Amino acid sequence: MTVTPGWYMALAAALFVIGAGGILLRRNALVMFMSVELMLNAVNLTFVAAGRELNVIDGQISVLFVMVVAAAEVVVGLAIIVAVFRRRHTASVDELSELKG
Amino acid sequence: MVELVVFIIFGLVALFGALSMVWARNPVYSAMGLMLTMFSVAVFYVSNSAHFIAVVQVIIYAGAVMTLFLFVIMLIGVDRDEDRREVIPLQRPVALAVLALFGAGVVVAGRFAWVTGPTVAGEPIDGTVEAIGTELFRDWVLPFEVTALLLIIAATGAIGLALFRRDEEEGA
Amino acid sequence: MDTLVSLAIILPLGGTVLLAMFGRRLPEPLAGVAGTLTVAAAFGCAAIASADFFTGSGEPVVVRWFEWFPAFGVEAAFRFDQLSALMTLVVTGVGALIHLYSIGYMRGDPRFGTFFTYMNLFITSMLILVLADNFAVLFVGWELVGLCSYLLISFWFERETAAAAGKKAFIVNRVGDVGFIVALMIVFSSFGTFEFGEVFAAAPSVLGTGTATAIALLLLVGAAGKSAQLPLYVWLPDAMEGPTPVSALIHAATMVTAGVYLVARTGVIFELAPAAAAVVAIVGAATALFAATIAIAQRDIKRVLAYSTISQLGYMFMAVGAAAHVAGLFHLMTHAFFKALLFLGAGSVIHGMHDEQDMTRMGGLARKMPITFVTMAIGWLAISGIPPLAGFWSKDEILGSVFERGGLWAVLWGVGIITALLTAFYMTRMMWLTFFGAPRWADGVEPHESPRVMTLPLMALAGLSVVGGLVNTPVRTALGHFLDPVFEAVHLAHPPEGTTAWVLAGAAVVAAIVGIALGGMRYRDRIPAEQGPGWRLLGRGYYVDDVYGQVFARAGKLSAAWLAFRFDSRGIDGAVEGVGGLTRRVGSWLRPLQTGFVRSYAAAIVLGSVALLAWFLSRGAL
Repeated sequence: MTVTPGWYMALAAALFVIGAGGILLRRNALVMFMSVELMLNAVNLTFVAAGRELNVIDGQISVLFVMVVAAAEVVVGLAIIVAVFRRRHTASVDELSELKG
Repeated sequence: MVELVVFIIFGLVALFGALSMVWARNPVYSAMGLMLTMFSVAVFYVSNSAHFIAVVQVIIYAGAVMTLFLFVIMLIGVDRDEDRREVIPLQRPVALAVLALFGAGVVVAGRFAWVTGPTVAGEPIDGTVEAIGTELFRDWVLPFEVTALLLIIAATGAIGLALFRRDEEEGA
Repeated sequence: MDTLVSLAIILPLGGTVLLAMFGRRLPEPLAGVAGTLTVAAAFGCAAIASADFFTGSGEPVVVRWFEWFPAFGVEAAFRFDQLSALMTLVVTGVGALIHLYSIGYMRGDPRFGTFFTYMNLFITSMLILVLADNFAVLFVGWELVGLCSYLLISFWFERETAAAAGKKAFIVNRVGDVGFIVALMIVFSSFGTFEFGEVFAAAPSVLGTGTATAIALLLLVGAAGKSAQLPLYVWLPDAMEGPTPVSALIHAATMVTAGVYLVARTGVIFELAPAAAAVVAIVGAATALFAATIAIAQRDIKRVLAYSTISQLGYMFMAVGAAAHVAGLFHLMTHAFFKALLFLGAGSVIHGMHDEQDMTRMGGLARKMPITFVTMAIGWLAISGIPPLAGFWSKDEILGSVFERGGLWAVLWGVGIITALLTAFYMTRMMWLTFFGAPRWADGVEPHESPRVMTLPLMALAGLSVVGGLVNTPVRTALGHFLDPVFEAVHLAHPPEGTTAWVLAGAAVVAAIVGIALGGMRYRDRIPAEQGPGWRLLGRGYYVDDVYGQVFARAGKLSAAWLAFRFDSRGIDGAVEGVGGLTRRVGSWLRPLQTGFVRSYAAAIVLGSVALLAWFLSRGAL
């Protein structure tokens, strides 16, 4: 039984689902953010596996870009969380529910 | 053979890390779990001949990003355990149902040849710095420059968010 | 020739526009003079243009202005033949005299200029009507005169009764117009064109009796509305609310004759529908008798004349219904002379009596207003049918032609004779109550003769009433010859000749003399109370107005109220507001989706992506 790229993709899918679960089920803003990072990692893994499958280097290049953007996103996201925390003294996203119908 | 063993071991480690990230009460434990998963993913990169990417993953993701996360967790002071009650009605059942559906979708997708089919014939790639660099500065030069710009903007934004907030509070 | 015809219409039209813009700013008599001059000039143009017709050598002329409805093949075109020439001369001639009279009558009125604007507009509209070369242009004129009638009846609109009378006239006219419009529709669907020339030439071959009867009867409905015949006459007595020159011009001499003109012009169609023609004659006869009985019991001098007009119009309808078109048009002309004379004279009386119109408060005015008296006396004799004044010749020709048709037409002749008697009677009553006997007016009223500008037209019309009948005596049928070319395609009824003619004429004169004698005897020395139930019935016009009010007006008001408050307020507004309410309710129902919680939004996003994924997978592609 050889490990085909498909296996990696399946594992990545599982990580992705777990990450999505983290977003839906956790209240802490930081944990939610980390779940997003998990999802991004899963996607990166998928890209690399696909690149190996198709024998092109573009998969890895895409991963590079995803990482760059993820890093930028983390910077800004954490700055926002810090700013919100300074005002509300809570990191729970459920507290931030004023825009309701 | 070796790859199979590595896959199984580090696959389980990755899953363990992910689950503990979602389940842990203490956000610091979540961060630790995520770091574990990231290391495993780096190992997978290596086994997929993406050496450069693996190094970048360890340095930047596991190194810089997660450290930043821990930093903020400590700064905000939410390293204490959080409340487990679910406020939003039906959120848990709905979430689990949705995720189950998604998993099913993935399984179905796996049936398609383009997802999990045999390797395409061709020259096996090598994820060396030269290979990536050549490609990056040939076909992907524009996105490369744009991401540089993106990073500058992100940094500026973060400074702006943090800096002005502090001024407001002191002024008010 | 073309230019003259166009000028005849453009002159009063120009007068209208000019007066509309500047009428209010002009000093008083100037607006009236301008208005009179345009109409007089139009008369001049028409007279010159008709010169050829008088010598018997003229050819009809069609003047085209512009293309109006290409889809229906309708042009703004006018036809100048003997018939329209006759009508134009009557309209502009009598119209000019009345305009002149109005300068005196309307003196001091704050809206002096506006009055002449409307009057000129009316002359323009009437000319469009009689000069039209196709049904569409005729209809334009038809509607416009209706509008002018409304404007002029309710000229003193501050008076509640005047405003109501204007509305009544317009609405009743409209009822008739419905018939007219349907007739036009049938004409177009049968012939594919509105042009008189084409329609009348093709009529015998295109129209079956049924269609012809339908068209004819519907045209009669329209004509009955405009010419105040049964049952659409109720607006005319109320129309006396307008200034007297208006009553003279519109409701005696011209507009109300439009119906007669219409039937005469479309004579070809009526020829193809003998039943309809008979209906026209019967309606005319019935109206004549009906109105004459009501006129007997009226106290207001103008109302007597109003019902008299309705009655005389009945004579004209009787004539054109019997295919005696020449006789009908002849009476139209003489009636214009003596009825306008009588109305203007009545206006002179009213003016001199400081707006008193009730005859029971007059009396003995002969000495105070001699010119008015003499001219009105001439009008009185003319309408009663005393030879050799105009009314005798035209009325006699009608009665003779009707009798000559034979058979049951003689019944209509009988009705006509009785009406003639009644006519003489009520006119004598009017003259006696107004001009003879002891004065009965209120204190402070000082009757005086009217100024020259008013008496001159009276004298002119009196002269015409004397000699006007001589254009068509049995000895010299000048008018008949004049109009012959127009009625070539129609089998005209002719008055009798020989002994029958003399007998019938004698009968008519006898009826007139008897009527006058009865009137003189009754009203010579005293004023009977005339209060009994019979008098009240006649005085109120057989309560027809009240019946109409109860049946139609109430029904109209109820349905309007229902529409306004039930249908519109609840139904339509409810539907519109209901849509708004529905939107609001749907919005409220959907609002809970916005929980404010980021995580529930995240769940929705994941759900959406799952659905999208499923859809893509179902298509086997990504």
